[in-house]
Amino acid sequence: MTGKLGRTAAIVGAAETNRIGKLPEMSRLALHAQAARNALADAGLAMGDVDGLFCTPAGPNELSEYLGIVPRYVDGTGVGGCSYMIFVRHAVAAIAAGYCDVALIVHGESGRSWIDMESAAGPPSGPNGQFEAPFGTSGAATTYSLPVMRHFHQYGTTKRQMSHVPAATREWAVLNPRALMHSAGRITPEDVEASPVICYPFNRLDCCLVADGGGALVVTSMERARDLRKKPVPILGTGEATAHRMVAMMRDLTTSESTVLSGQQAFAEAGLVPADIDHLMLYDAFSFTPMMFLEDLGFVPKGESGPFLAETRMADNGSLIYKTGPGGELPMNTNGGGLSYCHSGRYGMFAMIEAVQQLRGEAGKRQVANLRTSLVHGPGRQFAAAGTVILSND
Amino acid sequence: MQEPYAGALPRPTPETLPFWEGARQHRLLLPWCRDCGRPHFYPRSLCPHCHSEVLDWRQASGRAKLHSYAINHKQAKGFTAPYVIAIVELEEGVRMLSNLVMSAPPTPEALFIDMPVEVVFDDVTDSVTLPKFRPLA
Repeated sequence: MTGKLGRTAAIVGAAETNRIGKLPEMSRLALHAQAARNALADAGLAMGDVDGLFCTPAGPNELSEYLGIVPRYVDGTGVGGCSYMIFVRHAVAAIAAGYCDVALIVHGESGRSWIDMESAAGPPSGPNGQFEAPFGTSGAATTYSLPVMRHFHQYGTTKRQMSHVPAATREWAVLNPRALMHSAGRITPEDVEASPVICYPFNRLDCCLVADGGGALVVTSMERARDLRKKPVPILGTGEATAHRMVAMMRDLTTSESTVLSGQQAFAEAGLVPADIDHLMLYDAFSFTPMMFLEDLGFVPKGESGPFLAETRMADNGSLIYKTGPGGELPMNTNGGGLSYCHSGRYGMFAMIEAVQQLRGEAGKRQVANLRTSLVHGPGRQFAAAGTVILSND
Repeated sequence: MQEPYAGALPRPTPETLPFWEGARQHRLLLPWCRDCGRPHFYPRSLCPHCHSEVLDWRQASGRAKLHSYAINHKQAKGFTAPYVIAIVELEEGVRMLSNLVMSAPPTPEALFIDMPVEVVFDDVTDSVTLPKFRPLA
């Protein structure tokens, strides 16, 4: 089942909208367009060079029209926040097949200002409309929370352990001037638990931000990548899967089947194991989300993410060093994550861009030293779909 | 006069209609596969285990266990916060998302995973009944 396309293509452009946060002057499509323009400029390419278009939530037809281009390869996979990792995988395949040469992958979402947006809830006749919504599921916190208590019960995971995730992630945001919570200051696990309850077991600081923003990536063949503006970021391996749509349909609430399958494919194609990964971007829609991924991707044994994350040490200056925070052994979500950087709705694009910037050495004060590999992974909806991308810089 | 129900209402489709009609009659019905002998939920046009289209509707016992839950503290249309969103596992082996109907505002202390629960029927409108669950004493 191993893919054979490792190192055949690279990311050559990666950029976000000029600003992220509250952008009432920009529609959903305007966010897509500005991100696309910025990513192409980053690559040193023009809109006319694009012959493969991969996008969501905008459909490829409406975005090709908006951008005035006629791509010969289109992909509108919309399975949630990991769609962009899946797009990278599809772009690698399309480029290898000769179906396109320059793949433009675009995200734009007016998640906060809600300009030209549609609810993800679907019609009352859909499975979600019949078997979730009538029971008061309103917003992602009410469904992403459901696997957590089962994990607590089955593995003895605690809320205090889980509270280390937002605290460690905030440490990165403090180092990133672009992070929406950059100036909000450090937080402790106790602060997380003292914030207002949203949907138990999630408090406000367990939940991702709500913002407007966009981002885009440009992918091309390794051969073409060598002549472009920036040093290419080779794609070593990718994976994807989808197992269900609604959280109650998870066969085991404590495991994301699609994460397991997606991760296995990506590691096999890259010829790597978790110990080979220097940097992680694990989509943090909520504090618990990356805990599931640490386990299901094999970074820690099943059920042991809680004790792993709660083990901290003291720096010489007296500050706390988290496992996944600055100075920790497994740097994760180094832009500040969906929890403290930005979350527009389908955050996966921002995770991808941060991995590229880290591998290029463009991450400023939050730059992780001696990076060779990065793994980006995210869910689509509540652990339903998953996408994985393993990247390198040599 | 009573306020009209403000919560989201299901709109049944052909393959789910017997389930919702059963709920109106305060019966919890599940589709069972005549070929592999297993029930499934939510109701589909074919068995998701063996893909047979030969299905029967049978009444479930209504007994279940609390498989997992969350307590929503934010207002939602038709609900008074805090309220419990639950995944229950029916005695027949299938899981469904529903609510726990509690006699007092829910707290984590009042709930435990795998606690026994039983179905109750909430007639939210003249035409829609939602199957919910309550803790067994």
